[in-house]
Amino acid sequence: MIVFDGVEKRFGDTVVLSDLSFTVAPAEHVTLIGPSGSGKTTILRLLMCLDSVTRGTIRVAGQELTGDEKRSRQVRRRIGMVFQQFNLFPNMTVRGNLIEAPTRVLGLSKDEANARAVELLDLVGLREKIDEHPSRLSGGQQQRVAIARALAMRPDVLLLDEVTSALDPELVAGVLALLRDIGETTDITILCVTHEMGFARDFSHRVMMFDGGRVIEDAPPERLFTAPEQPRTQEFLKAVLGR
Amino acid sequence: MIWDWDYAIESLPALLRGLQVTLLATLLGSLLAFALGLVFALVRRSRVPVLSQLVWAFVEFWRSTPLLVQAILIFFVLPGFGITLSPLTAGVVALGLHYACYTSEVYRAGIDAVPRGQWEAAAALHLPRSRVWLGVVLPQAVPRVVPALGNYVISMFKEVPLLLAIGVVEVVTVANQLGAQTFRLVEPLTLAGVLFLLISYPASLLVRRLERRVGVL
Ligand SMILES: Nc1ncnc2c1ncn2[C@@H]1O[C@H](COP(=O)(O)OP(=O)(O)OP(=O)(O)O)[C@@H](O)[C@H]1O
Ligand SMILES: [Mg+2]
Repeated sequence: MIVFDGVEKRFGDTVVLSDLSFTVAPAEHVTLIGPSGSGKTTILRLLMCLDSVTRGTIRVAGQELTGDEKRSRQVRRRIGMVFQQFNLFPNMTVRGNLIEAPTRVLGLSKDEANARAVELLDLVGLREKIDEHPSRLSGGQQQRVAIARALAMRPDVLLLDEVTSALDPELVAGVLALLRDIGETTDITILCVTHEMGFARDFSHRVMMFDGGRVIEDAPPERLFTAPEQPRTQEFLKAVLGR
Repeated sequence: MIWDWDYAIESLPALLRGLQVTLLATLLGSLLAFALGLVFALVRRSRVPVLSQLVWAFVEFWRSTPLLVQAILIFFVLPGFGITLSPLTAGVVALGLHYACYTSEVYRAGIDAVPRGQWEAAAALHLPRSRVWLGVVLPQAVPRVVPALGNYVISMFKEVPLLLAIGVVEVVTVANQLGAQTFRLVEPLTLAGVLFLLISYPASLLVRRLERRVGVL
């Protein structure tokens, strides 16, 4: 589904990713872990075309993300993203946030988009907030709306960048439960950056450990969390798990 | 010289008619400045090679020349190029163009104040550029700049009398004419000043209240 092939990303003279190659299968859930600055966010941003590669290629569903404008736009649309800071549009209600892209990008009618919005708000447990503005919601509620907003585009690939890091501790569990639910009931390919190791462990099929812009270890969570091979992974896990 | 109340009251109706013209010029000039300033801001931001530099150069140049000179240019020089405008139209164009150079900066600050995450969320939803601007960025940027725009409306209002140079019959022109007829300038001119005060002071209080509501950029 997703293929990184010899990807390099530089900001000026700083090389963030160098010669990075990996593949993600359809419906696979992959968690990216690694120390701060190791390039996890950069990978998601490249996939979302918020930044562009300086060398190498990224393919999604066989199609290069950059290059032929018309065809790459089709494939880009199949990717959605949820941000650490939610980034809901404050000038719109929850409903507005959910129907904006389906009506303007997918060409759904207002009614269709609205039905989809209601259905998704049911899923995230916020149906009664449909006419509220985001500023009136808690962080956890905002993030659930942001997840619903991404899902309203029916993406094949969903990118989650530390979606619980900005939340108060008591709100984290609700969002993670929602993600587990989505993981179990859909076949969306999910790439997720998180510091919630418990969640990474039972949510993902594969965990990739990054350091210095490279994948230094790539294994199923059962293995990676219990018997990491690389010393850097062992150190990192020790630090985040406080063991 | 003593203040003549009868004369003052007599001159009031004519002054109020002049004030109407002043207000009309301010209103139309503001609308032009709001619209044109937004266009300038968007073009400059678009980074379309030559075009955005041209607009930048125009804004810089136009901002640093006096409104009076611009008004005279538009009214007396443009007819030489086949463009003849009535005094009021020329005045409105001069005000609008002059203030558009300021409002474009205001819009720019407002647009810059929209967090990057908003642009990125819009991109992640694949919104077309028109919707990014009309649906996301401008609805957040414009409310924040309303007080700053309001301040420019007030300054514009106070600069309308400059248009006396091109024969717009606004309130100070009227006061002048009355003075010329009667050789008494103090009453009409004082009243004209009071009329300005009566409008611009409450208006600036209103702007200050708006600033408190939406915050200063
Ligand atoms: N726009 C940019 N300009 C310059 N350098 C950047 C830019 N964006 C990211 N970087 C650099 O790229 C490196 C990787 O950043 P990235 O955000 O991908 O790390 P991360 O693994 O997500 O870290 P964290 O866990 O702190 O979120 C960092 O050293 C960062 O300083
Ligand atoms: Mg990051």
